Amino acid sequence: MTAADQLAQYLASGLVVGGVYALIGLGFVIVYSVTRVINFAQGEFVMLGALLMVTFEARGLGAGAAFALTIVCAAALGALLERAAVHPIANAPGLTILIVTIGASIALRGAALVVWGTDPFALPAFSAGPPFHLLGATIVRQGIWVLGVAAAVFAGLWFFFTRTYPGTAVRGCAINARAARLMGIPVERMWLLAFALSGALGAVAGAVIAPITYATYDMGLMLGLKGFVAAVLGGLVSPPGAIAGGFLLGVLESLSAGYLSSGYKDAVAFVVLIVIGLVQAAGWLPWRVAEEGEA
Amino acid sequence: MIRMILTLALTAWGLAWGPVVAGAQDAYKVGAIFSITGPGSSLGIPERDTALMLEANINAKGGIKGPDGKLHPLKMVIYDDASDETKAVLAAKKLIDEDKVTAIVGTTLSGTSLAILDTVQKAEVPLVSCAAAIKIVEPVAERKWVFKTPQSDYLIVGVLVDYLKSKGLTKVGWLNVDYAFGQLGWIEFEKAAQKAGLTIVANEKFGQKDVDMTAQLTRVKAANPQAVIIWSIPPSASVATKNYADLGLKMPLFQSHGVGNKTFIQLAGPASNGVTFPAGKLLVAEQLPDGDAQKAVLLAYAREFEAKYGPRNTFGGHAWDAVQIVTKAMERAGTDRAGVRSAIEGTRNFVGITGVFDFSASDHNGLDRRAATVIQILDGQWRKAK
Amino acid sequence: MTAGRRWALLAAAAVLIGAAGGMVRSSYVLGMLIFIALNGMAALGLSLVMGFAGQVSLGQAAFYAIGAYVSGVLTASYGWNGWLSMAAAVLAGAVSAFLVGLPVFRLSGLLLAMATLGFGIIVYYVLVNWSAVTGGPSGLTGIPPLAVGGFRFDTDARMLWLAWGCLLAVLGLAGNVVDSRIGRALRALHGSPAAAEAAGIATTRLKLGVFAAAGATTALAGALYAHYLTFINPSPFGFAFSVELVVMVVLGGTASLWGGVLGAAIVVLLAEGIRALLPLLSASHAGAEYEIVVFGLVLMTFMILLPGGLAGLARRSA
Repeated sequence: MTAADQLAQYLASGLVVGGVYALIGLGFVIVYSVTRVINFAQGEFVMLGALLMVTFEARGLGAGAAFALTIVCAAALGALLERAAVHPIANAPGLTILIVTIGASIALRGAALVVWGTDPFALPAFSAGPPFHLLGATIVRQGIWVLGVAAAVFAGLWFFFTRTYPGTAVRGCAINARAARLMGIPVERMWLLAFALSGALGAVAGAVIAPITYATYDMGLMLGLKGFVAAVLGGLVSPPGAIAGGFLLGVLESLSAGYLSSGYKDAVAFVVLIVIGLVQAAGWLPWRVAEEGEA
Repeated sequence: MIRMILTLALTAWGLAWGPVVAGAQDAYKVGAIFSITGPGSSLGIPERDTALMLEANINAKGGIKGPDGKLHPLKMVIYDDASDETKAVLAAKKLIDEDKVTAIVGTTLSGTSLAILDTVQKAEVPLVSCAAAIKIVEPVAERKWVFKTPQSDYLIVGVLVDYLKSKGLTKVGWLNVDYAFGQLGWIEFEKAAQKAGLTIVANEKFGQKDVDMTAQLTRVKAANPQAVIIWSIPPSASVATKNYADLGLKMPLFQSHGVGNKTFIQLAGPASNGVTFPAGKLLVAEQLPDGDAQKAVLLAYAREFEAKYGPRNTFGGHAWDAVQIVTKAMERAGTDRAGVRSAIEGTRNFVGITGVFDFSASDHNGLDRRAATVIQILDGQWRKAK
Repeated sequence: MTAGRRWALLAAAAVLIGAAGGMVRSSYVLGMLIFIALNGMAALGLSLVMGFAGQVSLGQAAFYAIGAYVSGVLTASYGWNGWLSMAAAVLAGAVSAFLVGLPVFRLSGLLLAMATLGFGIIVYYVLVNWSAVTGGPSGLTGIPPLAVGGFRFDTDARMLWLAWGCLLAVLGLAGNVVDSRIGRALRALHGSPAAAEAAGIATTRLKLGVFAAAGATTALAGALYAHYLTFINPSPFGFAFSVELVVMVVLGGTASLWGGVLGAAIVVLLAEGIRALLPLLSASHAGAEYEIVVFGLVLMTFMILLPGGLAGLARRSA
């Protein structure tokens, strides 16, 4: 295997994983930019997306129908979380809401353990067939699906946020909630929409990655953490930033596992984060990483 | 001020906790600590289920016949340590001082077992662990009260290394999962390989929660080994196996006893075909020659477990052995903790699931090479490897 | 509260604990109390960081680990005296917190949280991978218990006295600081960092000091943990424990010394309480899986009903 092949392989795997991180990161960004809440339970939506797909497909639904139903369920769950746990304490300090979402993530994980047990579940790829070989790298079919679905989601979100009324309203809330309220935008409903949307995004991420990595009741914590890093890398309030952050993180992880020690792979994400943060604090970056919230 | 009072009040209230588990006065109580939740749960749940199964079986016969000639119902008090050392320590203390059990079975994971060693030794309560680390029972002089049922890694690794050598596979690549199971396997393999004259051309690690190991496998491929060994448990073992197949790696793939469960095959799918690994005989019980000492016991357990709970599992087998050893010791010594300890230590030729046990004052694991065999996965089925 | 009242309460606590050690026979109860003290020491440090320095540290478990491993390795592998190694552990905790805080405190709040998170994860990985020193994932056995001459702290009662002794000493010390000029500066910082700066308080140095102090108390707790269990491995010191510490602080109330200890007590007792109650509610042994769900739901309910944590309750009734 030539050095170029190796590099291509690392890049390919990194991009696939990065696409998943980007999707999860978007979920964090959407919730945070509108509500200034860090939704610790985001990772669990990823897990639920994966496990729900398993259950629906086991009941005989085709991949497409299962996918649609999973997303609807996850969005509903996100909305439920917002109404039951976040909305009642909307004015509480951010730390309190964070702890509530921590409690929610613990409860969701426990519920998943009760319902699905501890064994991992396999999921068939969305389309069957041997892996592709591209420029010396091997990419499984599902990897292409991950990138394709991610791209479709990004395009859909871009359209939603810039060309539709509800999307623009959400963006308005993100930029300045007080002004948005003055313009007649129902901010409380935007909170609901943000949580539902991020629940759906998490589920999409889980559903596309599960055929590659399997679905387990405890897959949410690490994936959620990585997605959070992606969101912060890109600037917690910037969707394109989260997307770039996700891919950057995935590729860096893969490269460091390939060229440095595989043992420290997970730590890489954070070293990068700290380095970028310090570089920004020193004023050397033209953009700000992780804005502090206003309004 | 208020907070200080609240704290003291809460801790005082906490002093009142620790209900004694209700049970008949003459019941024989055996404690168990398994990892029913947390990363060890796929091992702990079959262990818990096996313990419950044995409790029901023993009680169906009226209970344990103690040295007083009377039948005593068996009460298993089972706690979850959530794969966490602190919770394991508290569970052990609760079993010893609140539930007043005679002996303890478990824990599931090596870390939690090592964490409770001090507690059981000080309280002088016999412990039969279902975890594999050799430090649990060695140095024996400092492990008077502790025994274990799983095979030690050097035994399993030894069987694998002998097999590799016999097939002429002397240049190998190695990957292990980065927590205790993988690390201990690596330590033993490095030693055994050196003694047997094998060369390790690549050595990589991955995380239990990793979703992709192609980077590490790519590096192993570049070193051109004749065979590759992956030491982990599902799901990471299955992910790595699928990556292996997707990358088109053709060298024979060997793994650890951690993949000796149906879950591994279900997850890895066709990629699992041809995977060879050392493990206890439970998985190929039907294929053993009729003269094998363990065959009858293995078949009985496998059938019963599969009827009630699901696919057979070697970890459940470790719990089966532990509970049986303890209850048989209680037949001889009743509820006297020191007597039970001596009885356990005096267990000879106990035909169990993991192997045939011969405990002694210098060996608190009691197993030999009969406790492992080489198994190959062919078309989703386990076959004794040739 | 006044210094006099504080000392009286500390003395009362000391008497209670002293009596408990002598009278309580159950190692289970003693064990719970010991872990409450250890977690309490870590949580109280974090409570100061979050309350006064206003920074969320998501990697506090790293200092606990540093304390445990420094003391553990020095005694088990190098034969150091237990008290010297504990001192080394506390120093290591303070110094590493200082070194981490120095570059990181210049970052904005969110990045600071991420940087501490990163630090926690990096320390965990070092512990797992640097097997030659730390024993790697399978950990380090044979850590000797602490001793003074022939008196060894190797029973639950003695560890209870030692752990709570340290906790009460730390509380006393911290109480003194709170009364001093530094304490006033801290309260100013807590009220309004901008105003404090304007008044000439060196806020960054103060924040670093609080962070280093928190590192020291957490490391002390970690070292005691190592000598209590006589075995350590990386697994209890991961991200989950850092999250648990944050939960303890918020439950008990930030910017409060006793708040951290209270939060620690709640978390330990809640987990054990659920373990005790669940089998009574459901006859089957399959209760363990439900324990997590109940824990999460209770946590959520608690925070929704008491968004200010127990501190809010205290302030309302004060």
